[in-house]
Amino acid sequence: MVAEIPGKILHDEEVAARAPWSHVVEAGNTLRIIDLMGNQAVDCILYNAHDPVERYSSCETIVAQRNIFLETGTKLLSTEGNVMMTITEDTVGRHDTSGGACSCESNTLRYGHHTKHQHACVENFILDHAQRGLGKRDMTSNINWFMNVPVEADGSLGIVDGLSAPGKHIDLRAEMDTLVAVSNCPQINNPCNAFDPTPVRMVVYR
Amino acid sequence: MSDTSTPLAAREHARAQAESEAARVLAKPTIPATDAKDLPAGVDASEVVWDQVLGPGDYASAVLERGSRLRLLDLEGDASVSLLAYNADDTQERINTADTVKVQWQAYLGEGSLLLSDMGRVLLSILEDGCGHHDTFCGASSERSNAARYGHGGNHGPHPNARDRFTLALTKHGLGKRDLCPNVNLFKGVRVDDAGNLLFEERAPAPGQALTLRAEMRVLVVLVNAPHVLDPRPEYTATPVRVTAWAGELAPLDDPVRNSSPERLRAFENVEAYYAGTDVGTSGGPHGG
Repeated sequence: MVAEIPGKILHDEEVAARAPWSHVVEAGNTLRIIDLMGNQAVDCILYNAHDPVERYSSCETIVAQRNIFLETGTKLLSTEGNVMMTITEDTVGRHDTSGGACSCESNTLRYGHHTKHQHACVENFILDHAQRGLGKRDMTSNINWFMNVPVEADGSLGIVDGLSAPGKHIDLRAEMDTLVAVSNCPQINNPCNAFDPTPVRMVVYR
Repeated sequence: MSDTSTPLAAREHARAQAESEAARVLAKPTIPATDAKDLPAGVDASEVVWDQVLGPGDYASAVLERGSRLRLLDLEGDASVSLLAYNADDTQERINTADTVKVQWQAYLGEGSLLLSDMGRVLLSILEDGCGHHDTFCGASSERSNAARYGHGGNHGPHPNARDRFTLALTKHGLGKRDLCPNVNLFKGVRVDDAGNLLFEERAPAPGQALTLRAEMRVLVVLVNAPHVLDPRPEYTATPVRVTAWAGELAPLDDPVRNSSPERLRAFENVEAYYAGTDVGTSGGPHGG
């Protein structure tokens, strides 16, 4: 069940399973990411649209709120400590910013050398970055919307079954003009996409 | 007052400073490093490549050859060392804290932990951990965070922040802010509770605790000794840490750290393939590929 968009729609696009996507969300506008089929991880990096050296920082974000999980009210902070976006609505309740983005290279460690040539989020990011004059050096910490990475008392950490469901969404209000770069995660070796990557919908509204 | 009215007088004044009491006492590198004293058992001074004390707020960097050992000795027991590491031959490859915790299924570093790069390889491994309190989550202090706690956080003031220190060190290596990524913090621990809250571990000072790391690749290491960003104490607290590195053997095939998990083994295999020039992947090693 997809909720009604509470404002004027400025941009509305479906991102295919496994695909990259990027878009500048102007300050004051809100990006809604809709998990159409449920349990689809959406890897996400934010850049200051006018100076991409300023970019999302997981460290700044979790230190400021003293908590590793992202939820309604979380301010997504930049490397310079500025608020880039605010989570204004969240129908899931928990999102990850500790687990990073999957890459061909880290896949070899986690799942075996034979997985090196599978699709991966870092491949999506780098290819999308290349169109915008960005490169590998601009890879940085990221958010994993709809992904669940608990930390247990002994420090055990891992990507486990998701908490999302079809139609759940997250609203991100841009506090600065923000380049939002996304990889609709193609991972098939862990439960972050319920082993079946699916499309997501991106709506910018005001 | 010393006479500094002429170039020759000013030269005498400048030269006298190298002979002063301050020069004898203040943190400085041992030059040559092979003059280093009080080394760990079994380490010959002729093998030492770096020996230096980092005082509060100090930073340093060095390129370490494969197999080098890097010991961090917390002299007074309240050090706080932030560390970044890069492949010295291709600095676009760098430490990735997310991969470090995810691949090893463990958020807390300790003996046997690897510090992984973003290219599926191990940059450094922790051979000995006499502390057990480290942090992979919180990253570097900033001018803003230090200003909030100490009143002034700028690099030119009394409370320099780790982020500015990293930026300075990286820039001197031809890198810059785009190369700044989340770092690990050593000798200061943070734990995560069931609800995801970050809890800074307040501990009594423990003089003499030491960490020994092994460079598994040829690495650029950047160290900053500055208070942890969550350290709640109002005083800027980072006691001197001695940094000593010496040449050493590569991990043998039966190395216990190399073989301690399937994920770690593959991180070593990827390094070995890289230097053998048999990594047919995306970047190739310095000897081909």
